[in-house]
Amino acid sequence: MSQKGFVKSGYTRALDLKNGCVEMAHGSGGRAMAQLIQQLFVTAFDNEFLRQMNDQACFPSFSGRMVMSTDSHVVTPLFFPGGDIGSLSVHGTINDIAMAGAKPCYLAAGFILEEGFPLADLKRIVDSMAQAARSAQVPIITGDTKVVEKGSGDGVFITTTGVGMVPEGIHISAENARPGDKILVSGTLGDHGVAVMAQRENLSFETSIESDTAALHGLVAQMIAVTPNIRVLRDPTRGGLATTLNEIAQQSSVGMMIHESSLPIQEQVQAACEFLGLDPLYIANEGKLIAICPAHDVENLLRTMRAHPLGKNAAIIGEIIEDSHCFVQMQTSFGGTRVVDWLSGEQLPRIC
Amino acid sequence: MKYIDEFRAGVLAQQIAAKIAAEADPCRHYHFMEFCGGHTHAISRFGIVDLLPGNVRMIHGPGCPVCVLPIGRVQNAIQLAQTPDVILCSYGDMLRIPTTHGMSLLKAKAQGAEIRMVYSSADAVKIAQQNPQRQVVFFAIGFETTTPPTAIAIKQAQALGLKNFSVFCNHVLTPSAISHILQSPEVREFGLVPLDGFIGPAHVSVVIGSQPYEYFSEEFQKPVVIAGFEPLDVMQAILMLIRQINTGRAEVENEFTRAVLPAGNIKAQALVADVFELRRTFEWRGLGWVPYSALKIKSRYAGFDTEQRFTISALSIADNKACECSAILRGVKRPQDCKIFGTVCTPENPVGSCMVSSEGACAAHYRYGRFREKNDAVIKEN
Amino acid sequence: MCLAIPAYVEQLTADNHAIVNLSGIRKEISLILVEDITPGDYVIVHVGFALQKLDPLEAERTLAMFAEISSRDQDLS
Repeated sequence: MSQKGFVKSGYTRALDLKNGCVEMAHGSGGRAMAQLIQQLFVTAFDNEFLRQMNDQACFPSFSGRMVMSTDSHVVTPLFFPGGDIGSLSVHGTINDIAMAGAKPCYLAAGFILEEGFPLADLKRIVDSMAQAARSAQVPIITGDTKVVEKGSGDGVFITTTGVGMVPEGIHISAENARPGDKILVSGTLGDHGVAVMAQRENLSFETSIESDTAALHGLVAQMIAVTPNIRVLRDPTRGGLATTLNEIAQQSSVGMMIHESSLPIQEQVQAACEFLGLDPLYIANEGKLIAICPAHDVENLLRTMRAHPLGKNAAIIGEIIEDSHCFVQMQTSFGGTRVVDWLSGEQLPRIC
Repeated sequence: MKYIDEFRAGVLAQQIAAKIAAEADPCRHYHFMEFCGGHTHAISRFGIVDLLPGNVRMIHGPGCPVCVLPIGRVQNAIQLAQTPDVILCSYGDMLRIPTTHGMSLLKAKAQGAEIRMVYSSADAVKIAQQNPQRQVVFFAIGFETTTPPTAIAIKQAQALGLKNFSVFCNHVLTPSAISHILQSPEVREFGLVPLDGFIGPAHVSVVIGSQPYEYFSEEFQKPVVIAGFEPLDVMQAILMLIRQINTGRAEVENEFTRAVLPAGNIKAQALVADVFELRRTFEWRGLGWVPYSALKIKSRYAGFDTEQRFTISALSIADNKACECSAILRGVKRPQDCKIFGTVCTPENPVGSCMVSSEGACAAHYRYGRFREKNDAVIKEN
Repeated sequence: MCLAIPAYVEQLTADNHAIVNLSGIRKEISLILVEDITPGDYVIVHVGFALQKLDPLEAERTLAMFAEISSRDQDLS
């Protein structure tokens, strides 16, 4: 029989990760917040930096050029086949850094949590982030948590920031494309967008398509080792291949001609697009990259990409041409030509 | 994808294109209107214009139900969505149409109106079942293809005894629109719009059959070829139209025999006849008031008619003065003839209906055809 | 107008519905607007409803019509 009023030393009741919810107290800087950070975030991300429990992380400086990138993730649904907002947030920032040809070194993660968000879901997301960071060998070394009132958020928003190092002699940038260069993609297009769309209510179709979310820095490292002259790297996320190609065309002041018959697209993705009246060129990818390189390097680069698990479906899809209008044009498999324009607004399923 | 891929084969396209080039009389021009927005989209998406000789020109008709719905009706839908306790269900196509003051269903949603995108009318009925305390309004649009699904939704709601489901009906009819174009002064009297023939809509015809077009070919002496949805279907239909013109015929031919029967889908037609009746007149954006061109819900199903349940004010919202959609929808002008095309009016900031829907003539031209114009030295008129 | 696609009927389900398959994408749709559909048929699907059964014989005839043009060319030349 325990004595009334006795405070057991060193005991705090563990977070109820199964049935508990995020409360305002978890963001207010007090004991509840410390508990959330320790029992959920630090436990999952576990590394020497976080164990120090400081508000910041201290690491030795790099020599050479550094790269920094940040990304906020507001995806709905939070969980989808092949991934979740957690793995997406880790891969997304790693990829942005990798697109400069840089080696990602450290990540920071900020969370905005909505009051009432189930802790079980939060744990699932955090564990997924930890797994993604571990596989990529890029630790999450510092972070922040805030809680907003119910109704002010969509469950959870995650912002990840990363730093990395660019190797000597590598100058990859969207303004480098030149007429004569070749355009490659690292694999099938539209997988992520279709996987996410299948989860949306009222669209209910059954598919085995999974999100392609992946960290591409390993693939990039092999690519630049073999082809240091790569001109441009970019990952076609929101807005899809079409939007990203238009961005590059604009920044480099060039035109492009791509060939529809060479675009790698899974049959199911094509079918889902037919059903809903969508264009796979505008659908988001989360584990693919576009590479532009000089023509004489392209066969070598393609071979290298195909030898890597994340590039096994890599393909040459077109070339850079002179064009003062900076149009991205496509030769259709039917034989005609059309312009592939920027995405305007959100692509919505249509009936007409 | 079976029955899709074979109808997109590039090799066959080249062969049909060669035939079209060989049989098109070099001493004349051919102007064909593809009525259906889906055909406009196919022509643009596959770059069919590149495969046609210069004397065969396609005119984009008003077969896009999104484009021809007056802004006032979209504004009504927004007002319904903003009514307390209403859930408005809509197909994706309508969500971005701008009304007044830059408003749209999507913007209204962002401001808190309960609007849900649905793929099927059946989804709207489900939502009504799941939310008995709320009023569910289904924003029904479309030509004859989309009308039977709305009829089913109403009958289903009746069978389920739902008291909280109604349909805001904006269904329009194809033959009336074609009639209106052919009877417009520019076409009939002044010969300003040379229209030599029509490519008949694919899926509307699956429902209504090929018979209803016989009136047009006889009365107006214009050939009609009903074409399937795929680019080879469209090319074949163009060839068939050229052949009719060359031999002085004006008949209804069916290229889409794999899905269109002369009488169409009788069951679907009967269901529609049970639930809907003709409105005496209906306003079409760009065409004005067209008699007997639209449907309303019969009084026996009044309990499911949004216009009976709610007060819908007749809003007449005029288009921007510089907008040429009216002329473009009737084939009198082309997108590039409009002063604000590509500058003030773009897919990001659509001013008129032809730019809003991806099948509208202006959106299609902006997205797919624009570069051709810039590369041509001179665009020849007939 | 009217986006509709031909899809393979995989199995019939309750209440006059069916599962259709388009290259691995499966969706349940309503057969209430058509009649005599059996698994193995192809139907034209629009907004979750089958509008018509696709006639495979006519489809073959149409494809032959496209190609016939070229064989006629060969005969003539």
